[in-house]
Amino acid sequence: MEETVVAMEEMGVDVVAAERESQTIEMSAKGVSVWFGKRKILENVNMDFPKKTVTALIGPSGCGKSTFIRTLNRLHELIPGAALAGEILYEGQDIYRQDVDPVHIRLAIGMVFQKPNPFPSMTIRGNVLSGLKLSGMKRPDHDALVEQTLTSAGLWKEVKDRLNAPAGDLSGGQQQRLVIARALAVNPHVLLMDEPCSALDPASTLRIEETIRELSKDITIIIVTHNMQQAVRVSDYTAFFLAEENQPGYVVEQGLTTEIFGNPRDQRTLDYVNGRFG
Amino acid sequence: MSIETPMRDLGKGKKANAGDRIFNRTITGAAFTSLIILAGITVFLGAKAGPVLQEQGLSFLTETMWDPLGVPPEFGIAGMLYGSLLLAVIALVISVPVSLFLAVFMVFMAPPKVSKILTNLVDLMAAIPSVIIGLWAFYVLVPPAQEWQQLLNQYLGWIPLFQNESGNFTGTPFIGGVVLAIMMVPIVTSITAEVLKRTPPELVNAAESLGCSMFTMLRYVALPFGRGGIVGGVMLGLGRALGETIAVFFVLKLVFDINFYKIIESGGGSIATLIVSKFGETNGEYEVNVLLASGFFLFLMTLVVNAIANLIVARTDRLKS
Ligand SMILES: Nc1ncnc2c1ncn2[C@@H]1O[C@H](COP(=O)(O)OP(=O)(O)O)[C@@H](O)[C@H]1O
Ligand SMILES: [Mg+2]
Repeated sequence: MEETVVAMEEMGVDVVAAERESQTIEMSAKGVSVWFGKRKILENVNMDFPKKTVTALIGPSGCGKSTFIRTLNRLHELIPGAALAGEILYEGQDIYRQDVDPVHIRLAIGMVFQKPNPFPSMTIRGNVLSGLKLSGMKRPDHDALVEQTLTSAGLWKEVKDRLNAPAGDLSGGQQQRLVIARALAVNPHVLLMDEPCSALDPASTLRIEETIRELSKDITIIIVTHNMQQAVRVSDYTAFFLAEENQPGYVVEQGLTTEIFGNPRDQRTLDYVNGRFG
Repeated sequence: MSIETPMRDLGKGKKANAGDRIFNRTITGAAFTSLIILAGITVFLGAKAGPVLQEQGLSFLTETMWDPLGVPPEFGIAGMLYGSLLLAVIALVISVPVSLFLAVFMVFMAPPKVSKILTNLVDLMAAIPSVIIGLWAFYVLVPPAQEWQQLLNQYLGWIPLFQNESGNFTGTPFIGGVVLAIMMVPIVTSITAEVLKRTPPELVNAAESLGCSMFTMLRYVALPFGRGGIVGGVMLGLGRALGETIAVFFVLKLVFDINFYKIIESGGGSIATLIVSKFGETNGEYEVNVLLASGFFLFLMTLVVNAIANLIVARTDRLKS
């Protein structure tokens, strides 16, 4: 606890305000640097993700946000040539330790991607349950699970009468909510979202944002977004990434979203959140 | 009173330029040409087969004999038809798993360099003329294959499939099937690998983020995605297996009786091999026509097998939840 408070103060988080939020840290990155081959992509990222909060990662394209988020559930290591320094702690344990099963990590820390990617050869219901098949996880009462996760993802009412229709019949926004339900069905504690709305229309975007707020009552969410209003609407904390030309990306500033947008300490943050570059 | 606005002429919406027109016609022409050739073959073979069938009756398809000098001459190719199918099934059972493993290894597991070398090797294998494969099989494959079959017989002889009463393990359907499998593997592997490479990366990402293993990713994502293409590849390979002549000619002992299931017993049938082995020594034109009629049924069989495969793909393409 003591450590956490110190770390948060270092990060520039308003500790008193944070105290009102939930206190325990679900995940954190400690001195994370990332390489693809010889090229360093990220430099010394330190970040805490308190339980049941939403953290937005913002910054111009190419500064390493997607790369960072993929280190958090060990998808990073699947890219040939990927390397990493530092630690990612989940529930206090380094997820890259030799004896940790990456499958276990990927189930605990789910992910939603930019482009809606339901499995086209499966039905809506099949998609929701696909994580169980893919990972070999057992969960009782599939019917209830399908209903519950689709409800959480805000899609149940629209699809409850056609669960056996192909997933491809759904609109882009519905597909993205289906993918969220699919991620929820393996009961993750953390959900990573990499620009989940950038391929969607404004109405669908709002639906997803509602869903995010609703989900954050139960799980921790980390979302990459290029939409400043979205970051303000959905997140509790924000981290601003930046990379100079041909240099690795780094975190310029992080803290409460209200601070980052209302009273940033760094001029570059101020310029970025006001749309003056990037 | 209703006011009707006049209907507009929308044209065809495609005022093609000269280049497009020539291109379109060329393509259409090429498509028609292949149809015409197909029809031509069917008509030619059908015309030869018709009279033979009329004279021989249904026994041409249900009997097993070859008596060109009899009065009247009598022919029945049941053993050959069945033999062709049996060889194809053996080749299929051996080559499909091998090809799938090879393709999966090349696409998802091997380091890029190894994968490239394998791809080139497979393509090279596909280019080996079948007469070379036949000769190679005759000299190199058949001697050890006899021992494998003896072992099969010794340990699995209680399964009817592996019975052998003659003690002769040469010229068996099994060896024929193995040779055909060797010829199918490069085709099926190469097509399967192409199809698997096209698995959308975002689906692979999705599977990975859901904690898949290599096996479940293949089972639920990559293979369902590529199923149509893979079955198509198998069909191409099977077409080759059904029609293959020379390679089988070197290793199969042609007998007219039907060898139903004893795949490591000497002797089997193959229409294509029948045609090539009888063609040079026919007794008059009638026997030539009989051979052409046999070819007609081989052709028909290939079409039916293809149609069945298409049906299977269409059926399994329906969604499973
Ligand atoms: N698989 C990869 N191999 C090599 N370089 C990569 C790979 N993925 C991303 N990069 C590079 O890493 C940098 C950060 O990319 P990314 O994390 O996608 O940025 P962002 O999500 O912030 O737009 C970019 O310069 C990109 O070119
Ligand atoms: Mg990105």
